[in-house]
Amino acid sequence: MKIRREKTYRKIIRHAFLMLGAFLSVLPFMWLITTSLKPPNTLYSSPLLIPTHFYIENYREALQAAPFGRFALNSLIMAAGIVFCQTIFSSFAGYAFARFKFRFKNALFFVFLATMMISSYATIIPNFLTINALGWYDTFAALIIPRAASVFSVFLFRQFFLTLPKEIEDAASIDGCGKLKIFFRIALPLSKPVFVTSALFSFLFAWNDFMWPLIVTDSETMRTIQLGLSVFQGRYGVRWTLLAAATVLSMLPTLIAFLLAQKQFIKGIANSGLKG
Amino acid sequence: MAFIFLIPSVLIIGVFNIYPALYSIVLSFFKWNGFSPKIPFVGLENYRTLFTNPEFYNSIGVTIVYSLLVTIISMGLGLLVAVALDRDIKGKTLYRILYFLPVVTPTVASGIVWTYLFDPSQGIINRTLAFFSITGPSWLTDSSWALLSVSIVGIWKRVGFCMIIYLAALQGISNSLYEAAEIDGAGDFKILKSIKIPLLAPSTLFLSITGFIDSFQIFDLVYVMTNGGPVDETDVLGLFLYRNGFDYFKLGYSSAIAVAIFAILFLLSFVQWKYTGGGDEN
Repeated sequence: MKIRREKTYRKIIRHAFLMLGAFLSVLPFMWLITTSLKPPNTLYSSPLLIPTHFYIENYREALQAAPFGRFALNSLIMAAGIVFCQTIFSSFAGYAFARFKFRFKNALFFVFLATMMISSYATIIPNFLTINALGWYDTFAALIIPRAASVFSVFLFRQFFLTLPKEIEDAASIDGCGKLKIFFRIALPLSKPVFVTSALFSFLFAWNDFMWPLIVTDSETMRTIQLGLSVFQGRYGVRWTLLAAATVLSMLPTLIAFLLAQKQFIKGIANSGLKG
Repeated sequence: MAFIFLIPSVLIIGVFNIYPALYSIVLSFFKWNGFSPKIPFVGLENYRTLFTNPEFYNSIGVTIVYSLLVTIISMGLGLLVAVALDRDIKGKTLYRILYFLPVVTPTVASGIVWTYLFDPSQGIINRTLAFFSITGPSWLTDSSWALLSVSIVGIWKRVGFCMIIYLAALQGISNSLYEAAEIDGAGDFKILKSIKIPLLAPSTLFLSITGFIDSFQIFDLVYVMTNGGPVDETDVLGLFLYRNGFDYFKLGYSSAIAVAIFAILFLLSFVQWKYTGGGDEN
């Protein structure tokens, strides 16, 4: 009896602790959503964390005050470009490292991994100069191409292809399939889970990115949503309800992507720790 | 064949990672504003100016304090949450999602929300404190609280990540170890101290190093919340570099800053590489 009572009591403490932490984790979101739905005159009076009003007008006004649609579209184009290139190129490279024999393979792989240690600050000024020299300043090329490859994704794909049984590919090659065909018809379709994980990481990185777009874009029509939001904060910062609405809009895509694929995502993170 | 598969990644990594890292080093020995056709070689002058500039030491100090606060506290809290979750517990998936949400939230949005929460008169933090008759400080504009305030946001954004890493490692610890300890009469705290924490050492090392490297490169959060102020209390290295490079166009000088940051982080990564490489053999 005694042991049992202790267990319940400890369970309660455990849950109380977890709930308090979870509450602090989501408190900013609750406040943000509540504020974004308040009519301006009730800003300080009505409950702070639970929406009691549904004043959608804030969203409409925020969308009119700045071209958030355009900013979101820019972010979307940039993110799509980065996700597409990173996953495709990384699956190629990962496959080459896992399956092909060529000279300096290990040395090249080592160099790839070593570049992960290069801080983005160490490359930012020369990259800015390169973009200018190429005439790409303030274009999508500047936003996408420098980030079209990802060593992290290459690593993910390589590890995955190494675990694939070689027999499948051997059988196909006996049947007269060329290497390209084997890759596209057999290896690539099998790597779908890695594709999803890699695409998810790329998307989050791209959508949330701030410093590089800040440096290589200038015109309002090229601004990404994070940049647009930070400029909006400077201009409309005193209008809490408007800025809150705009902020909700800016975080929706990442939160939705995360919620849809949270299992895959959390697994990917957990693996990175176990391997690292 | 391998050539075709590798060329896109090799080209991009070569042109936008390796070449610029080397070019930064070269550029740090020159004086250039990015436009002038004259690019005089100045030797070590940029480094000499940098190492005698009090702003640089201030930025290093601020960045280190921020990185240590975020890395250590988020690890501690992440460990506590992971230990609490490492049981058959109701709502485990939900808890995991709730704790992880801040990790995937865009930094700019996080900074904006917290700026409001920290608002001296109407912010939720000071209103809560006022409820208990405490007058809260003006957080972001108070020189003794600004850096801590920004760090709180960094911690909030990182606890979930640490929790996931620790939880994955905890689930790899065999139950028989706990059972043996319980038979020996060890309590929760003793088990945490003598079994869990030692066995989690690889994760702790991983989290310390990645945490420090990530936090050390903080930029957007500070840019949005304080832009380095009040005065220079939150002027992290990223802002210092950005200002010199892209406001004053001192490209040689800011390259020297970049090289300094690069050197510090490279050293840390190297330590991690060595330790985790050694860990695999055991």
